[in-house]
Amino acid sequence: MKPFDNKTPFNLQVNMDNFLPASAEDKAYMVQMRPSTTFFRDGVKRLLKNKVATVSMFVIVIIALAAIFIPMFWPYAYEAQLGNQPGKPVDNSYANLRPFEYGKTEQAKIEAGEKVFPHVFGTDSAGRDYFIRIVYGTRISLAVGFFASIIVLIIGFVIGSISGYFGGKVDMVIMRIVDVYYSLPDMLMIILLAAVMRQTLAQALVGTALEKLGSNMISLFIVFSILYWVSMARQIRGQILALKEQEYVLAARTAGAKGKWIIMKHLFPNCIGIMVVYTALQIPSAIFTESYLSFLGLGVNAPMPSLGSLTSDALNGISSYGYRLVIPAVVISLIVLSLNLFGDGLRDAFDPKLNS
Amino acid sequence: MDSKTIAYIIKRVILAIVTIWVVMTVTFFVMHFVPGGPFTSEKATSPSVQAAMEAKYGLDKPLLEQYGTYMKDIITKFDFGPSIKQKGRTVVDIIGDGLRTSVKLGVIAAVWGTIVGIILGAIAALKRNTVIDRIIMVISTAFISMPGYIVGSLLLLIVAVKLHWVPANGTTAAGLILPVITLGLSPMANFVRLTRSSMLDVLGQDYIRTARAKGVSGTRIIFGHALKNALIPDITYFGPMLAYIVTGSLIVEQIFSVPGIGRAFVSSIINRDYPMVMGTTIVLSVLIVIMTLVSDILYKVVDPRIDFS
Repeated sequence: MKPFDNKTPFNLQVNMDNFLPASAEDKAYMVQMRPSTTFFRDGVKRLLKNKVATVSMFVIVIIALAAIFIPMFWPYAYEAQLGNQPGKPVDNSYANLRPFEYGKTEQAKIEAGEKVFPHVFGTDSAGRDYFIRIVYGTRISLAVGFFASIIVLIIGFVIGSISGYFGGKVDMVIMRIVDVYYSLPDMLMIILLAAVMRQTLAQALVGTALEKLGSNMISLFIVFSILYWVSMARQIRGQILALKEQEYVLAARTAGAKGKWIIMKHLFPNCIGIMVVYTALQIPSAIFTESYLSFLGLGVNAPMPSLGSLTSDALNGISSYGYRLVIPAVVISLIVLSLNLFGDGLRDAFDPKLNS
Repeated sequence: MDSKTIAYIIKRVILAIVTIWVVMTVTFFVMHFVPGGPFTSEKATSPSVQAAMEAKYGLDKPLLEQYGTYMKDIITKFDFGPSIKQKGRTVVDIIGDGLRTSVKLGVIAAVWGTIVGIILGAIAALKRNTVIDRIIMVISTAFISMPGYIVGSLLLLIVAVKLHWVPANGTTAAGLILPVITLGLSPMANFVRLTRSSMLDVLGQDYIRTARAKGVSGTRIIFGHALKNALIPDITYFGPMLAYIVTGSLIVEQIFSVPGIGRAFVSSIINRDYPMVMGTTIVLSVLIVIMTLVSDILYKVVDPRIDFS
């Protein structure tokens, strides 16, 4: 075979060297030096580098695990009034115990050599173990924060993506509504709705499965979902508006993709980062609002505790039992602070555009 | 003022009016969804009040007509009707009484929060990345993220109950010290952060360098050039600050037993004094909406470079 002639510019001869099987050296050149990273893995790496966020995450995980698992083995129930045994007169020695003190019958048991589980934080004025009430209150606060944020996420995503995707008149109407929402004094509206809703729902719920949850809790969820979807919707709309103009969406549309396909395959996955970040930042604000309402007496139904209602109950015995105020105060501050710091870390890690 | 600013102001005013209308409408309809209507309660209402409410809102008439009367009475006569629980008093009387205390409380808190916040923020910016800056920032972050009721309760516990420095009851002048401190802390912290970041921004501008090159003294640069411009973004916080002070006063007045509008509002919710709840919600909301409007417009007028689109 004639060697390849690279001198003549217009010759049609094929260079056979380009079609030889690859040598070992060529193959080694193509091997990946390190596995390619995904957006998610990159984000996690950035998050773990952030010490404040990592510590906050550990604090939240520990608190959450404690709130979930401690009630399972703790020998006292949050609503059990220990001095109040059926068929016996009320034993007042159980009310207002200080930490690691015992009631009369418990004292007798200890003297008889039996082991009695200590009241780590004492008991409250109704003779209920205070530690388990704190744990339960934490559980309620975390649950309200988490589920309320999920509801907000769903509503915000649906409305935001409709607004961003369809644009035009739909977008304009939705955005005017959002403007009004933004200028509403939200806390007052929340108080008003919570105050009225728990009355209305209490009657509607009798006999349904939701009764156990309590009308106040459900009205909290409704209030959150009515009022807090706006900022999530705005974020999602902004993201979708930006994504819509990307070339790959245009390419998909040119290839004949329908709206549903584009939303689910192209727009939705690219919104996940922003959704995670804003849901994480929504949780502390929902917990904050819940504890504020509980503090005013508009939160969860008694005897269910929440960190807000525990704090406001503690104000009654503040001169002799100050620690009862300090404990829930510390717990809620710890939760809100670490959730906020963690949320900020998530934002920096998963939404690098915002950071700059 | 150019036409763009005027268009913006008109847009904001319309938005504020719509917002106030929404608040009034929502309040009315929400109240009428209460089982048994808003003016009945399990405790016996005095027949005179009951009759007055029925005559006023025509409770047998169709809902829309009641809504019309309600809106007309509020807009033309500023009339929210009599209170259900406090015999012989109208809602406006009670609100007026409470507002006197609450406004005093709120204004003092806002003033000290603003002044101290701006001073600390400016100091943090001027001493950036020093220990002083760090301390100021840590404190302000803590006060922003800690719920107001926690700060208030802890202050009550430590300063009033344990140390006995001030009375725990907010009815006297000395007793108002703690509520004023509690209420001003979060605005202060917000002003610190706002002022610090805008001050840092301004200090990096060319005109500061020019002034320095001309040999203008340090104090003149800070007060005459930097701080004046750094304060502009602070205007935007006036609206949210009022909203915070209003909602914050609900709990602060509760904690320290201050006889203000916040406490009246909370007890009216718990007692289900619905005309009172309606009236207070509307009065406070209108206050917040107007204050936000004023601070937004002021911001735009003071600094026309800002584009709100």
